[in-house]
Amino acid sequence: MHDVTKNIMIVGVGGQGTLLTSRILGAIMTRAGYDVKLSEVHGMAQRGGSVVTFVRYGDRVYEPIVEEGQADVLIAFERLEALRYAHFLKKDGVLIVNDQRIDPMPVVTGAEQYPEGILEDLAKTHTVYSVDAGDEALKMGNPKVFNIIVLGLAAKHMDFSKDEWLSVIEETVPPKTVEINKQAFLKGYGL
Amino acid sequence: MEKKVMLGNAAIARGAYEAGVKVSAAYPGTPSTEISENLVNYPEIYCEWSPNEKVACEVAIGASMSGVRAMCSMKHVGLNVASDPLYTASYIGVNGGFVLVVADDPGLYSSQNEQDTRMIGRASMVPVIEPSDSEEAKEFLKYSFELSEKYDTPVIMRTTTRLGHSQGVVTLKDREDIPDKPYEKNIQKNVMMPGMAKKRHLYVEERLKKMAEDGHDFPINRIEWGDKKVGFITSGIAYQYVKEVCPEASVLKLGMVHPLPKSLVAEFAKEIETLYIFEELEPVIEEQVRAMGIKCIGKEIFTVQGEYSANMLRKALNKETDIADAAKVPARPPILCPGCPHRSVYTALKKLKLHAAGDIGCYTLGAVAPLNVVETAVCMGSSISTLHGMEKAKGKEYVRDWVAVIGDSTFLHTGVNSLMNMVYNKATGTVLILDNSTTGMTGHQDHAATGKTLMGESTYAIDIPALCRAMGIEHVVCVSSFDQEELVRVLKEETAREEVSVVICQAPCALLKGQVFPYKCRPLPEKCMKCGACLRPGCPAITKNSDGTVYINQTMCNGCNLCAQMCKFGAIERVLAGK
Repeated sequence: MHDVTKNIMIVGVGGQGTLLTSRILGAIMTRAGYDVKLSEVHGMAQRGGSVVTFVRYGDRVYEPIVEEGQADVLIAFERLEALRYAHFLKKDGVLIVNDQRIDPMPVVTGAEQYPEGILEDLAKTHTVYSVDAGDEALKMGNPKVFNIIVLGLAAKHMDFSKDEWLSVIEETVPPKTVEINKQAFLKGYGL
Repeated sequence: MEKKVMLGNAAIARGAYEAGVKVSAAYPGTPSTEISENLVNYPEIYCEWSPNEKVACEVAIGASMSGVRAMCSMKHVGLNVASDPLYTASYIGVNGGFVLVVADDPGLYSSQNEQDTRMIGRASMVPVIEPSDSEEAKEFLKYSFELSEKYDTPVIMRTTTRLGHSQGVVTLKDREDIPDKPYEKNIQKNVMMPGMAKKRHLYVEERLKKMAEDGHDFPINRIEWGDKKVGFITSGIAYQYVKEVCPEASVLKLGMVHPLPKSLVAEFAKEIETLYIFEELEPVIEEQVRAMGIKCIGKEIFTVQGEYSANMLRKALNKETDIADAAKVPARPPILCPGCPHRSVYTALKKLKLHAAGDIGCYTLGAVAPLNVVETAVCMGSSISTLHGMEKAKGKEYVRDWVAVIGDSTFLHTGVNSLMNMVYNKATGTVLILDNSTTGMTGHQDHAATGKTLMGESTYAIDIPALCRAMGIEHVVCVSSFDQEELVRVLKEETAREEVSVVICQAPCALLKGQVFPYKCRPLPEKCMKCGACLRPGCPAITKNSDGTVYINQTMCNGCNLCAQMCKFGAIERVLAGK
């Protein structure tokens, strides 16, 4: 048990499937007997906006959100979102990034530039692990499981065993997709 | 007992189940929608989507009058629509318990204003209960039903976005066996004519006084004694931030925020050296505490705007925070999805330089770049009536280059009466009903024109074109939202007409379940003249390459063909996916 609450954040672009990932996280922590709080974004921001999910676990969790300078693990499903939320990490926090670029509207319309060298810059101040999960998922034959590959990579930095993760995934995802999701998890876990 | 991690809104549905609720009615609205979506898991409860919150509230009133426990749920602005029945239901009281769950949205995650439901509770003289996590959401709802029946009053349980959309551990209990009460004719209580209402008004005032006194001993109001140098009076999610930042302080945690249990407040305040009132949005508790002559610190250091957090409290108390600066990065505002039919309609409006009076839904996003066609948005149903007001103010010619745009669900919510008004009062404007076969923004709920009920049954689907014709509108035209040529032709024709006309733009929401997208759009770089026309509608699946040609993300593209229709050079082709 943690006497200090642990903080995890999942950030991405609305529609990328952050909610499934947070459901798996919530399930594994409750099974381990922790007090858990998760906070999600629904509604308008889900339409392609910047979305963030907070997950906190420990003996007794009060506030449901993770704030600036408090995240132990930051899981970013997109590069720009990693940069947007990097200041939420603790100094010794770990940053997991899906190396994918999705242009926000100000970039699409040419009003602003998508920053170059995000991962290189972040690596100067943070511990960064990255994967092109979209590409890996495509190779596996199902582009939708990219988020579980990213989760697999992040899982190495949390306090649960591989078997615990696999069994929770089995319980959480739709029955038809159990196998591909397990494979996707192991792909990320093995990186 | 089984424990489960539950979304606040799912916990409220569970609470309704455990409280023995029999009837629930609602209209979808972030952050309240998931309450009804979870209620369908309990076949013991009849639940429905009503066309709007007023109807939902009245359905619940009727069910309560008949003698069963009933509830309705809505977002904060939904309570404005339902406030007409609410104010008088307050006089009538209940037979079976009656609770309104109303979800506020501090920080405006998905709303048009930041109003505080506690103020409506005070104005309508209805008690307001406020939980602070999922477990409390479930238990406080059950307690609200007990209060409702004990004090013969409707009860508002107020939640916020952060509560409804946070998950926490909940202990599952059994459904209580609440026997139906008999219905007894009682016009003194159930018919609010002036003679009856005068007497009931006096009862309502007495009821509030009694509840304020009894509130001293309600288990949902509690004092957590700690260091008495600093004390907080707080409620709801704000309580969690106090515990996070000042675990040593004394706290009066109010579960009932209206009426204020004043004797408990006085008892707490007299022991505390420095008293803070920490409440999101308006100073509802603070002003009453001050009126009691108690010195306290509140909105002079805590904002009335936006959502609270632990860091916000730390900063307000001048506690040290070690926060790095945020990187300066391009914003990522919400946008219309790839394959969204609204984008195509707005592209046609833009081409014709038409202005749009807008409404509430995903299509409000037509107000921002790159579409920039929607110029007004007030509340549900307002597009049609604001257009009408403009015409009456400035004349027929003025609205020849205006249209109203309203979604199918919003039209059925409160647009119908506005359209009736246009016909009745001889307007000449054009109304576009953007019919995407669902309530889109809140996550695809059925409505009266989809042919499905909340509980999944097939039902009669209201025929929207026939409904408009029945009002006496001769020109009701249906057009595919994705057919640019036809859209442009119809819009030119209908806006020129000096009588009310309705254009129903039809195409399902791109995210609606069960849809098949057989096509993908692909650029043909050799034909591309690099003019950027395909980029103008702002589809997130299309980006510009460094050489000026375009890239279409094949995973995101739904093959709607809008970009291909924008291209004069045939440089985008639509092909069967996988070919």
